[in-house]
Amino acid sequence: MLLQLRDVKKSFFQPDGTELPILDIPEFSLDAGCQVVLVGRSGCGKTTLLHIIAGISRPTSGRVKIDGWDIALMAESEVDQFRAERIGYVYQTFNLLPSFTALENVLLGMTFGRVRPDRERAKALLRRVGLEHRLTHKPPMLSVGEQQRVAVARALANRPQLILADEPTANVDVGNQQQIIDLLRETCQEEKVALILVTHAPEVAEQFDRVEYLEKINLVRVGR
Amino acid sequence: MSLWKIAWRSIQQRALASALTAFSMALGVALVVAVIVIHGVIDQSFRRGAQGYDLIVGAKGSPLELVLAAVYHLGRVPANMSYDAYDELVNGQFAADIQFAVPICLGDNFKGFRVIGTTPDMFARLEYLGGRKYEFAEGRNFHDDAPREAVIGATAARKTGLKVGDKFKPVHGSAADRGEEHEPFEIVGVLAPTGTPNDRGIFVNMEGFYHMHTKSPEEAERSLPALKAEADSKPEAKPKPQSADHDHDKEGGEKRDPTAGKAEDKPGEKPQPHAEGKPGHEAVHDEHKEVTAVLVVLNPKIPPPRRVALPKLVSKQLDVQAVAPVEQIDHLLRGIVGNVQLVLLILAVMIVVVAGIGIMVSIYNSMSDRRHEIAIIRALGARRTTIMVVVLLESILLALGGGAAGLVLGHGLTGVLAPIIADQTGVSINPAQFQLSELILIPGLILLATAVGYLPAVVAYRTDVAQSLIASP
Repeated sequence: MLLQLRDVKKSFFQPDGTELPILDIPEFSLDAGCQVVLVGRSGCGKTTLLHIIAGISRPTSGRVKIDGWDIALMAESEVDQFRAERIGYVYQTFNLLPSFTALENVLLGMTFGRVRPDRERAKALLRRVGLEHRLTHKPPMLSVGEQQRVAVARALANRPQLILADEPTANVDVGNQQQIIDLLRETCQEEKVALILVTHAPEVAEQFDRVEYLEKINLVRVGR
Repeated sequence: MSLWKIAWRSIQQRALASALTAFSMALGVALVVAVIVIHGVIDQSFRRGAQGYDLIVGAKGSPLELVLAAVYHLGRVPANMSYDAYDELVNGQFAADIQFAVPICLGDNFKGFRVIGTTPDMFARLEYLGGRKYEFAEGRNFHDDAPREAVIGATAARKTGLKVGDKFKPVHGSAADRGEEHEPFEIVGVLAPTGTPNDRGIFVNMEGFYHMHTKSPEEAERSLPALKAEADSKPEAKPKPQSADHDHDKEGGEKRDPTAGKAEDKPGEKPQPHAEGKPGHEAVHDEHKEVTAVLVVLNPKIPPPRRVALPKLVSKQLDVQAVAPVEQIDHLLRGIVGNVQLVLLILAVMIVVVAGIGIMVSIYNSMSDRRHEIAIIRALGARRTTIMVVVLLESILLALGGGAAGLVLGHGLTGVLAPIIADQTGVSINPAQFQLSELILIPGLILLATAVGYLPAVVAYRTDVAQSLIASP
C-alpha cells in the first residue's frame, strides 16, 4: 500500500475561538501505481486533503502514511525533502514560474531532492508531452494547454511515487481537457506512478475505475 | 538548477526595479572606488615623487613646505638658503657624505608652470620612480655653460605649446600673469613623460636663473628677511656659516663650484659665462646667489648611523633644515590627506549602506507579489531555509552586480578626473590602475547584502505555503 490515511481531521479555529472542522477522513488508502479521482463540490476540502497528503498542510490529528512513512510525524524539513523526492503536484492554475523557461520549470521539479537535476530527463519529459519545440519558451509565451503540459512534465520530473492533480483541467479549454487527462493517466501508467486527481467534472470522473466522493467533511468511497 | 539561477531569475522578473536598485549601489560603490583609487594613486605618486634622493636641504622653515615646493612644485615658495651654506654642504665637511647634490631655485613661472633653476645633473644624474633615468622626447639636456638654455617637462610642453627652439620669458612669482617678465630662455629639450611632478616643470640653467634675479638687487634681498626673522626667533639656532669659516675657501684652487654639473668629477671647474654680450653672460657673484633647495643623494658607503644622524648634523652645522622627503610625505599623507580620505570614505560608505537599504526595501516590497512563487517553490520541495538563502543570494547578486558596475563607473570617474588632477597637481593618475584595497569591497558588499537581505529573507521564510498557493497568482 502506497498511501494510507487514518482518522485524519483538519480544523481551523475561528476568531471567536470556535473550532471549524474542514475535513474528517476515517480511512483512505491507495496502492502503488493506482489511479483514483476525488469528486466533490467547491469548498468541500478537496484541495485541503491534497495539501495534507503532500505535507503542505498538517492534519489537526490522524496519520498520513506514504510508503510506510508517517509524514504527520515528520519535521517540516523532512516533509519538504520527502515531497521533493516522492510527490508530484499538478495545479488547477498550473503554477509555473513565469520567469523560467519550460525546461527550467521542469528542472525546478528536480532541484530540491537528493538527486542531481537531470537535464536529459527534463527534455525527454517535455518531448513526451509534445513540447520539444518549446523548451526555451517561458510560460507567458505558451498556450494554457501547453502550460498545463509543462506542469505535468514538472510533476513527473522527480520520479515521484504519487502525483496529486488538483482540478488540472479546470482552466483548460474544452479541446485540451481530454488531452491533459489522457496525458496524466498515460504518463502515470508509464512511470508506474499513483495518481489522485481532483475534479468536479463528471465527464472526467467517469473515466476512472475508482471514484471517491468528498461530501461535507467525509470521504465516501464509490467504486464503479 | 542552482539556487543562484533561481535568485537571478527572480531579479530578471523585476528587471526595472532590480536595475534601479543595482544602479544606486553602483553609484555608492563608484564613489568608494574613486576615493580609494585617487587616494591610492596620489599616495603612490607622492611617495614615488619623493624617491630618487635621500635629503632635501633648504632654509629653515616648514619642512613640508620645502618638500612640496622642491619635489612637487606645489605650494608657497619657501625662503632661500644662502649660497655659502650650499657651498659648504657640497664642498665642506659633508662632502664625503654626499654622492651628488642638485640645487634648485624657485620663484618664477611661465603661464603658471614653475620655472626651476637647476643644473644639468637634474636629468643627467638624478633618477625617478625607483631607478629610471630621465629621457628626452625631443632635444637634449641644457649645458652648464649655456645660461639661457632650458628643458621643459612633458605636460608643461603640451600645455604651453613650447617646443625645442622656442624662446620664453619667465615671469616673476609662482602664479601666471603676475610679476615682471625676465630675459628669454631657449628650449633645448622636451622631457619624455615621467608621471612625476617634473612633467609640469620648466627647468632653466641656474646661472641664467641668477642673471634674471641679480638684475634687481632688491629682489635678491626680498627673501632674506623671512629667513633672518625665523633664525632670530630661534635662540638655539646657530649663526649662518660665514664663508671665512669654510675650509674650501682656504683651499684656493681645490674649491668646486657646486652648481657645476658632475662637480665631483671636475673639481675646480666653474661654469664660464658666454661671450658676445648675450643676456646672462656676466658671472654672478656668490653673494648675490641663493638656493631654494638642494636635492641630495647620499654616498651609499656611509655607515647607517651616520646616515641617520646626517639630517640633524646638516641642520645644526649649516643653520638650514635637512629633511628626508619620504618622511615628510608620509606625515602629509597620514596626517592630513589620510584624514580627508577617511572622511570621504566614510561618506561614500554611507552612500553604499543607503543603497543597501534600497535593496532591502526593493526586495521587501516585492515579497507580497512573490508569496505565490515562493509557495510554488516550497511545494516543489524547497525548505524554508532554501527560500531564505535564495532571497539572500538575490540581495548579494544585486549588491555585487551594482558593485561591479560601480567598479567600472568608479574607474571611469577617475579617468574623467585624472586630467583635472594632473593639471592641478601634476600627479598623474592611471584610471585602470587597480588598488588592492578595492578587494575589500567584495566581502564588504556580501556582508552588507546579507544584512539588508535578512529582513525580506525572514518574510520569505515565514511564507504560508498552503494559503499562498490558494491565493491567486
